[in-house]
Amino acid sequence: MNRTARRKLISNIMMALTGVCTFLTVSTLFLILGYLLWNGGTSVDWNFFTKLPKSPGETGGGMANAIVGSAQIIGLAALIGVPIGFIGGVYLAEFGGKTMSFLVRYTADLLNGVPSIVIGIFAWTVVVVPMKSFSALAGALSLAVMLIPIGLRSTEQFMLSVPLPLREGALALGASKWKTIATVVVPAAIRGILTGMILGVARIAGETAPLLFTALNNQYWSAGFNQPVATLPVMIYYRAISPYEDWHRQAWAAGLVLLAMVLVANIAARLILSRGAGAQRG
Amino acid sequence: MGNTAAVVAPSPGGARRFLKRLQDGDEIAHMLTLIFAASVLLIAVLLVYELWIHSSESRQRFGFNFFFTQTWDPNSGQFGALPYIYGTIVTSVLALLISVPLGVGAAIFLAELAPARVSNMLTFLVELLAAVPSVIYGLLAIFSLVPLLRTYIEPGLKATLGFLPMFQGPIYGIGFLAAGLILAIMTFPFIISISREALLEVPREQREAALALGATKWESTWQVVVPYAKLGIMGSIFLALARALGETMAVTMVIGNDPRIKASLFAPGYTIAAVIANEFSEAVNGLHQSALIELGLVLFLLTMILNAGARLLIIATTKKGSSRE
Repeated sequence: MNRTARRKLISNIMMALTGVCTFLTVSTLFLILGYLLWNGGTSVDWNFFTKLPKSPGETGGGMANAIVGSAQIIGLAALIGVPIGFIGGVYLAEFGGKTMSFLVRYTADLLNGVPSIVIGIFAWTVVVVPMKSFSALAGALSLAVMLIPIGLRSTEQFMLSVPLPLREGALALGASKWKTIATVVVPAAIRGILTGMILGVARIAGETAPLLFTALNNQYWSAGFNQPVATLPVMIYYRAISPYEDWHRQAWAAGLVLLAMVLVANIAARLILSRGAGAQRG
Repeated sequence: MGNTAAVVAPSPGGARRFLKRLQDGDEIAHMLTLIFAASVLLIAVLLVYELWIHSSESRQRFGFNFFFTQTWDPNSGQFGALPYIYGTIVTSVLALLISVPLGVGAAIFLAELAPARVSNMLTFLVELLAAVPSVIYGLLAIFSLVPLLRTYIEPGLKATLGFLPMFQGPIYGIGFLAAGLILAIMTFPFIISISREALLEVPREQREAALALGATKWESTWQVVVPYAKLGIMGSIFLALARALGETMAVTMVIGNDPRIKASLFAPGYTIAAVIANEFSEAVNGLHQSALIELGLVLFLLTMILNAGARLLIIATTKKGSSRE
């Protein structure tokens, strides 16, 4: 075999191998989905959504309290995190001076990279220690801390993508800066900002580690935001590592429900964005 | 965008302008949004402060010995972090050994070979993998990966590569190898997504010049395009490493939770994040809590250094800022 032929052969083999890498990585997603559907599909029933958990070893029961608990915690986290992220993002996109913007932006990115378990410790020190009790509030705060940098950066990104002439038009008509932002820039970017927030909430919805020692867990309905509360991800964790067959079945069901919610949010966000881009171009 | 608000010159005209802006509400809006943006800085500072203060008991008691001793016994008040640090490093390195070749390979395919539409679609699917909650990875690992390792992969490795110390010893299924594998799956979406972005930034002329000189597709890719995107790819690897070090749930579920230092990858181990997850809510005495928080501080500092480096590398290559996750 001559040199050129050999080089061509090597090239073809290596390029084919990169295809194999792609196949292996993409197929992981379908393996995960298929396996979860296979194992959890039959266990997602009416009981799962309406019944309280049974005591260890007993068959039956559901995760109604964990579903409500997750909704409580995520709702409160969004209530804290979305406004802070949004308004902070407006600052970065519209008002920020060079140094301050860089500092906030870089810190937000670093905060985004902090392991979630460390965020959990933080929430424990600022809420659980002074209140002397594990609570839904502590769990919600830890998730809000994770949501803020995501909301901030996506708000900034989508506001910056609003064309400059739009702002100039409003300013030229005599509108003040904040009026321009409130009536022109934000409405133009709102679709993107909402999408970013949806993605952020989907990301915190699956977080488990920071809830382990903030929201803790609960076999019953939560009595209030100052009490421990059950959540879906934490429930999956304890069910999965338990020795009971029926609890494993419930872990699969809960995993399927959680993953379905996260994936639907992600795909919906993607669709909203691509349609928005199409409309702007057209 | 406009940062005119920052220009408040002390001239009489400037003062008048400032008053005008105050009437318009612009200064108020500026200050208000600034407060919210600054809250991010406040959170970050508070986070470091709280970790530092709450770990003081352990830091003063053990000093640097904390990192070099192996006994972890809450009852006698002895806390040495070495087995956890060892487990964290072994599982993360193992994960990268698998996910870097796989991820960079896939990124090359997506950036260089696949048509744009296909590439975007496949990248979206890969990015969905990054959205899967880690507890679900753990669930899958316990019930599918671990049995697979126990019955096929680990006996196979033992039979063929058993002369190496890392493939010796009893087989449990759970352990370093299981944790490393699940971390590999959890980290390659980051490597693919960011490396692909860096590869796509390489100017077309670079490829054309190499091909015109007679290079094959692979030679042009490997010797010209990949070196050009080197910084971005390294950034993605840093980011993946930071994720692997801090990953908690999936690892906790399959590592075996045994704080011993073993050469065998089949052996159960423990990681920093896993011990915090397992022991924190039950740690009753202050020293135990303090030691766990010191571990959290170590984890925080490690991931911060890696993240800071990764962001700088990614900014340097893509010049788009660090908006990408």
